[in-house]
Parts: sequence; structure tokens; C-alpha cells
Amino acid sequence: MVFSLSDEMEKVVDELIARYPTRRAACIPVLHLCQEREGWVSPGVIDYVAGRLDMSTAQVQGVVTFYTMYQKEPVAPNVIWVCRTLSCDLRGGRSIQEHLERRLGCSAGGTSADGKVTLLKAECLASCGTAPMLQLNDEFHEDLDVAKLDALLDGLGVAPLPSAPRAVKAPASEPPPRAASEAPPRMASERPVAVPRPAAIAHREEEE
Amino acid sequence: MAEHRKILSNRFDVEDAWTLPVAERHGAYRLARKAVTAMTPEAIRDEVRAANVRGRGGAGFPAGVKWGFLPKDADTVYLVINADEGEPGTFKDRQIMEKDPHRLIEGCICAMWAIGAHVTYIYVRCELVKSIRRLEAAIEEARNKGYLGRRPFGKDYPMEVHVHPGAGAYICGEETALLNSLEGKRGEPRLKPPFPAVEGAFGKPTIVNNVETIASVPDILEMGGKAWSDISLLPESFRDGGTRLYGVSGHVKNPGVFEAPVGITLRELIYDLGGGMLHDDRPLKGVIPGGSSTPVLHPDHVVHAPAETDPLHPWHGKSHLDVPMGVDPMRGIGTMLGTCCAIVMDSSVNMAEAARNLMKFYKHESCGQCTPCREGCGWLVDVLERIARGEGVREDVDLLVDISNNMMGNTICALADGTAMPMLAFIQKYPEDFIAAIERGLGAHTRLDASDASGASGASGRAA
Ligand SMILES: Cc1cc2nc3c(=O)[nH]c(=O)nc-3n(C[C@H](O)[C@H](O)[C@H](O)COP(=O)(O)O)c2cc1C
Ligand code: SF4
Ligand code: FES
Repeated sequence: MVFSLSDEMEKVVDELIARYPTRRAACIPVLHLCQEREGWVSPGVIDYVAGRLDMSTAQVQGVVTFYTMYQKEPVAPNVIWVCRTLSCDLRGGRSIQEHLERRLGCSAGGTSADGKVTLLKAECLASCGTAPMLQLNDEFHEDLDVAKLDALLDGLGVAPLPSAPRAVKAPASEPPPRAASEAPPRMASERPVAVPRPAAIAHREEEE
Repeated sequence: MAEHRKILSNRFDVEDAWTLPVAERHGAYRLARKAVTAMTPEAIRDEVRAANVRGRGGAGFPAGVKWGFLPKDADTVYLVINADEGEPGTFKDRQIMEKDPHRLIEGCICAMWAIGAHVTYIYVRCELVKSIRRLEAAIEEARNKGYLGRRPFGKDYPMEVHVHPGAGAYICGEETALLNSLEGKRGEPRLKPPFPAVEGAFGKPTIVNNVETIASVPDILEMGGKAWSDISLLPESFRDGGTRLYGVSGHVKNPGVFEAPVGITLRELIYDLGGGMLHDDRPLKGVIPGGSSTPVLHPDHVVHAPAETDPLHPWHGKSHLDVPMGVDPMRGIGTMLGTCCAIVMDSSVNMAEAARNLMKFYKHESCGQCTPCREGCGWLVDVLERIARGEGVREDVDLLVDISNNMMGNTICALADGTAMPMLAFIQKYPEDFIAAIERGLGAHTRLDASDASGASGASGRAA
């Protein structure tokens, strides 16, 4: 499928290209811009970027596969990246992840059955002082606890858990069987795969 | 008792300080105007050199010295700001970009004038959407006001600042990987030399500095380099000046970012600024002083510097917690100051589990160019996972040490060392945790939140 941008967006691409001494340098911001329109980096996007920036499709493909924030396949309209790294883990990040998995009914790397949310694990998102945290689309949600998390998921229209939340704490004596969440990490999906605002149009967004 | 000293952070608590009118009411751009209209580039470089500002991005290289490496006759020079902030435990540059973006832009103007650059690229990791928005808005404001553009402050010296987003790769914080990423390539580190100051962005001489390093330039010019340097609590011989943004996270009552003079101790950071241990009945077990790549410190370990000529001799016999946090003192006790953002762990933590958490990070982030790093990071995780499953054997500890030793000094960039050094420190300082893990595995009983009253309540026990 052919991918194209509106005339207005083409102007933004021109602006981006003008920032650098080479056309190719605009590759990363232009890919973000296209991904935001398309939802993911489709083959059409790769062809478009290659043609627009005088790159080969192999070069664009090489960039896309290197960076985790480019989606290589379509995702749900909402993406949650839950931080798994040390500072968050020390403050209950794993419990946040498990609650997410229970409520969404999928493990990290998957999409909820209702198709509303894709859940991914993130590496440290520079919010360690307000751990545990997650990123929902463009927003950080910090100092999380289960009540805050439930409110957030309610807001997305995610169905509540059928029964009252169970206590998850396992007895601290014997090593229990490995939890599903401890399966070896799936490389492709561990890092967030974002749809950030392209820099060029970011400032036109409403500031809070 | 360590106290806040708000210089770089003096607008953090001012409402809307991220907008130009508010920032200007509180002093923004005075020094940029002075620099561009009333100071020579040499004069600025002299002040920065006198300030003894050690790079705030992790390696601690003196900024004034780095600027001196630029070739004298370069036709084009670039300034590149490293705002990739991906080192686990680190969350300080974000504060500057979100709360006071104009300070960074002012620093860029001063620095561009000083090094002969006309263009700055601020490389921000793309997850930091708010930072990117605030910087973009601030750049636009500064341009509209005539502080950037064709004639900044009326001077015929065009200057532009652009935000360049990353795309999710910790390795792009390494300066040469960052430059490849800026050029629209895969973020793989380059062999050095040539160093960026000689051949950097787009093949041109380039200065790469951390956000905080450049944001401190206006303060250096305001106070004078010597006066700024003297704020540091370290003896002058350490040449490590000014204030720094200290971060503290993990098991403390009051996690956050605090500005204080260079040279406060970890004990002060944890117990004064950080409010003390989160749970009164759980003492400190270990602290990672400056981001996950810096080796963990044990509070019971003491400085060994019996020779009077040793710069660390004044601290001989004292706990590592009582050594001043400076680039060289931290190196002297076998760790690094790094990003100056500490991760605090109490007695409930099993260090093998903490190591497993971090090694997964490095396995995910190795760019894969060098075999010792690509394979080594993977093997470390494989061995730790085997131990976690309860299938570990005694020899696995030796294996972890062996793999780490083979990763060090054998690679293109410092990521491999930044993986191996902390791995070795975890084993050397907490061998009992690894032995216990080999006997019992790592399961629910070693979860990092296992001993919190309600595992499911997230930040249980957080202080109000
Ligand atoms: C793996 C790796 C990751 C790094 N990440 C960052 C980073 O996120 N931010 C940063 O400023 N420096 C980072 N650095 C250090 C940079 O390579 C470089 O030393 C620094 O940007 C120089 O700026 P400074 O002298 O002002 O500190 C990293 C280094 C390595 C090896
Ligand atoms: S040391 Fe690791 S991250 Fe650095 S260049 Fe080599 S493989 Fe890449
Ligand atoms: S560890 Fe989660 S934000 Fe840093």
C-alpha cells in the first residue's frame, strides 16, 4: 500500500529536512511523524521515507529495526509501557505489572482481548524518583498504586476484574513455581514502541 | 547536614518558569545577552575552564578541557546536547528540560558563541514527550524574541537550536552512537579516535555535552568560573567544581532530585536529602551511587588509603558512605560518580535479584557490534536466569566473574565495562546472596517487593 502525507504534513517534513546538512538526518523524526499517522511503520511508510530522503529502503529498514520505538506491526489504540527496571522494581513495579496483566487479560507483549490496550515492558523511563511508573501513550503516570492504576484503566474503558482483587503475595518461605511473568523476556516487545509527537509539530500541541 | 543550594535549580519551583516571560522575570537570558554582546569567546572558555565543571553525563570529563580540543581553524562546528537520559536510576536532566527549558537554551547560546558553533542539536530520548514539547515551545519563544535566529541580541552571528528525538535505544546516549543516530543511521558507537571534537556530527568538529553541563554555563558566567568552582566542598586539588543535581531513588522516604554542592556524601544524600531509609526497621544494604553502570557500594566497607600521599588519605578508615561524591573520590573507592543519581537498597533486597534485573537491561541494550559485549551480556542473563530457576551450581558464580572479566576493555564503547563492573561488584560485595540464590533459586521470596506488607499495592509504604 502506498503511504502519503497531507500537504500540511509535507511542509513539516520540509521543515525537518531543512534543519540538517543532509536529507538522511531527518530520517528518525520523519519516521516518527509517519508512524503517528499510520499507527505503525508499514512497508508503505518505509518506501515513502526512502523516496523522500534519498535513502535506499534497506537503509530505512536498518534504522527501523535498530530502534525499539518503531512499531513493526499494528498495535492497539492505547499502548501502556510499564517500567520494569530496578528503581521501579524496588518500589513495587512488578506488582503493578501483574495487576495490569490480570486486568487486561494478557501478558506483557500482548494486546487485551477487547483490543483496547497493548501492554509492553519498558526500561527505565527517567522517572525513578516517582516509582513505580508507567507510560500511557504520551503521558507518564507516576507514584502508582493499584487504586490509581484501576482508575486509569477504568478511564480507558477496560472491564473491571470479575471478583475482588486477590492477594498476590506468595508465602515468603519456599520458592514457589515460576510465575508466568517470569518467562524469559521477549526481546522484540520488552522495550516501549512509541508513537511520540514528531518534534516539529510538538509545540503546536496544547500545553497543559 | 547537607543542604540544598539552589543555583541551577532556582526556577524549578517557580510556577510556569518554562515560559519565556516568567523565566525572564527570574533572570533568564541576562547572561546569554552579556556573553554574546560583551564577552569574547575566549573569555567564556576561560571561565568554563576555571569553573572545573566535570561533565554531568557520566564520564566526568572537564568541559573546559574538552572545548579546548576543537581545531582552531574549523569552518563548521556543531554543539550537540546529550539529553538521552537512559541510564537506569537517572532522572535529573528531565527536571531541567521540563521545569526550566530556557536555562538549557541560554546555556546553548553561551556555548555556541564560545566554541564558534551556529547550530545546536538537542538529542532527547523520544519517550520524554513533555521535555520535547517544552523545549520546542521554548525554542520558538526565544526565536520570536530575537534570542535565536539571524541576529541574536542584535549580533550578526546566526544561531539555531533544534530538538532531535531519539527512537528508543539506551546506547544512543553514548556520544558517538548519538552522532550516528543524529545523522539518521543506526545508533552504533564509532571507534575512537577520531574523537567528536575533531570529527563529529556530519564529519565536522562537534562538542557533545550533557544537558546539566551546558545548563550550568550561565551560572558560571554570572558568578565567575572561580567562584562557581569554589562552591564545591572538595579540596581544590580535585578540580571538581560547582553544584550538581543529585538524584536518589529506591528505598528512601523522600526520593527526588536535589541540588547541592559537589562533594556531599552518600550518607548525606540518603539520610538528609533523601529523608532516610523508607522503613525504619530495614537498614541500608547497598547503594548504587550514580546510575546502574556504577558499581554498588556496601555501607560497612571502609576506605583503604594509608599512604599520606593518597588523595583519599583524609578518609582512610571511613565508610564508603562518608566519602565525598566527586568524580575522582568515587573512582578512588572502586566505583564511579556517574550521573550522580543513587539507587538505595535496604536489607530486604537480594543482590542477585537486583543484579538480574539490571543485567536484563544491558542484554536488551547492547548494540551487538562487539562479540564480548553482545554475547557476554546475554550469557550473564542466561546464567542468572538458570540460578533464578533454582538450577544454579556453585561454579556459576565463577562463570559470572569470568564472563565479566572477558567483557572489560575489549569493546568499542563503554557499555560492556558498564555492565561487567557492576556485575563483579554485586558478586564481590554480596557473595552470600549469590550462594543463597544458587541453593534456593530466585522466586517469590526474593522479589524486590516481597517483604512489603501488600505485594499488590504497588508503592506500599511510601512516605507521605
Ligand atoms: C552506554 C552509554 C550511555 C550513555 N548515556 C548517556 C546519557 O544518557 N546522557 C549523557 O549525557 N551521557 C551519556 N553517556 C556519556 C556520553 O558518552 C558522553 O560522555 C557525555 O554525553 C559527554 O557529556 P559531558 O561531558 O557533559 O558529561 C553515555 C555513555 C555510555 C557509554
Ligand atoms: S560495547 Fe556493546 S554497546 Fe558498545 S559498541 Fe560494542 S556491542 Fe555495542
Ligand atoms: S527504573 Fe523505572 S523509571 Fe527509572
